[in-house]
Amino acid sequence: MTDNSTIIKLTAAEIAAKIASGELTAVQVTEAHLARIEAVDEKVHAFLHVDREGALAQARAVDEKRARGEELGPLAGVPLALKDIFTTQGIPTTVGSKMLEGWIPPYDATLVKRLKAADVVILGKTNMDEFAMGSSTENSAYGPTGNPWDLTRIPGGSGGGSSAALAAYQAPLAIGTDTGGSIRQPAAVTGTVGVKPTYGAVSRYGMVAFSSSLDQGGPCARTVLDAALLHEAIAGHDPLDSTSIDAPVPPVVEAARNGSVAGMRVGVVKQFRGEGYQAGVVQRFDESVELLKSLGAEIVELDCPTFDLALSAYYLIAPSECSSNLARFDGLRYGLRAGDDGSRSAEDVTALTREAGFGPEVKRRIILGTYALSSGYYDAWFGSAQKVRTLITREFEAAFEQVDVIVSPTTPTTAFAIGERADDPMAMYLADLCTIPTNLAGNAAMSLPCGLAPEDGLPVGLQIIAPALKDDRLYKVGAAVEAAFVEKWGHPLLEEAPSL
Amino acid sequence: MPGITREEVAHLARLARLELADEELDHFAGQLDDIIGAVARVSEVADQDVPPTSHPLPLTNVMRADEVRPSLTPEQALSGAPAQEQQRFKVPQILGED
Repeated sequence: MTDNSTIIKLTAAEIAAKIASGELTAVQVTEAHLARIEAVDEKVHAFLHVDREGALAQARAVDEKRARGEELGPLAGVPLALKDIFTTQGIPTTVGSKMLEGWIPPYDATLVKRLKAADVVILGKTNMDEFAMGSSTENSAYGPTGNPWDLTRIPGGSGGGSSAALAAYQAPLAIGTDTGGSIRQPAAVTGTVGVKPTYGAVSRYGMVAFSSSLDQGGPCARTVLDAALLHEAIAGHDPLDSTSIDAPVPPVVEAARNGSVAGMRVGVVKQFRGEGYQAGVVQRFDESVELLKSLGAEIVELDCPTFDLALSAYYLIAPSECSSNLARFDGLRYGLRAGDDGSRSAEDVTALTREAGFGPEVKRRIILGTYALSSGYYDAWFGSAQKVRTLITREFEAAFEQVDVIVSPTTPTTAFAIGERADDPMAMYLADLCTIPTNLAGNAAMSLPCGLAPEDGLPVGLQIIAPALKDDRLYKVGAAVEAAFVEKWGHPLLEEAPSL
Repeated sequence: MPGITREEVAHLARLARLELADEELDHFAGQLDDIIGAVARVSEVADQDVPPTSHPLPLTNVMRADEVRPSLTPEQALSGAPAQEQQRFKVPQILGED
């Protein structure tokens, strides 16, 4: 008999193997994680909604399937925490906003359908910055999430709930979305693994849109192999999404099982360091580069000057697309409606509803986007930002003619204190400095732990970037680095996190 | 490049259908001016002969055969609406009584 404290520490691959062999049942595994959520979520606040009955029903179905001798998928019976940005039939989807409080979608997102088809057990919906806008999960209308390494600090954003659920052992797998770094930045500051697949590799159908040309769903896990298993389960062409790539999913699981960097050319970009980077982050990154060299990689210095403009371009493009996408929240069709007392026009009700339903960050971005798109300013702001996007894409293309992957710190600093940057949007936006260029170009990237910063003992993330549709390279390099670090530390980094 | 004034924020809020309070207007005007100042560097490339990229993928519209297929029922489609009547979204009036 395996006790709950042992079960929750297992990786997704281990859980799936034990369920397949009959050593554990899916119900046992699900109950262990539900008990953990019950025990610690009051402190962490990773979840907005726990679907206890639904999860147990899914787990029972997996156990019955196994009892009937049916073939089980590679993640059958493994529990998962789902970012509350994906529509889930019969289960609330709020996107961390008051605007959709209590809204129960009538359909499942494609990603959710694929998870269900893979017999993954969905435990519930995780906390997030409202409409995925933020780098700290402080912008959730339902209160912030704490970082399990230090509950007074942020777990990253916008997918802080998903990464915190992993770090707090509430789930072995989670799903996030990454518009400017919202999978990788939370992974970095919680000591977990997060992957932004190639843009278009994972369907966006049923994912509430923030910035459509940047948003990308992807896997979050505690190991590189687990992320690969989840990646394979959710990726692939979806005819319901016009931005979905109709191409085979790269062999990510095979790559994760055969980690190696021997003979690879690894790029280090000059622009991903300097002012604003915490000393301990730079130190751990430099050690990672040395590790890559020792594993047989050739390091190539790269100069990508336009990357310095990426943050600026992003904060014009993303708000512009957000101001358009969020126009649908008008108080007429979904969720909240305010001021409808019979005396006001539809226009007034819409304005009052949007005022009441959106939080400050969302309003700030809607106004900024409206400005960037408005007549007379369009060319100067939105048009210029789109030109920068072209230059960044070209610089990536030139870089990937010289190297197989690029590495950088995932974030310039470790997790900052809750509230520390709340009134300073530009300081908050700097958290995504290293992750944003990838979203603008549409290529793939991963963050994995590379140690603790000496000055504060908090996790540092190493970012690996690969060309579009070469997602398998992330896993090949990531698995090699992960194995080398675990051997060096004697255990996975997360084991150094304090008990909750 | 111009900054952004409180009056402009109020105008933009009206365009975006946001009924902002006075204190929000003051707060946002300062913050947005800072943000606009910080991102103004993108205009440095505006004169260059660079085509804009609107999307990382070449997009084509997705079309399917015009055939009737199962979809949401009217009840399902309206289930998230704040108000409904006669199988339609019930919305506030557009025109006044006059």
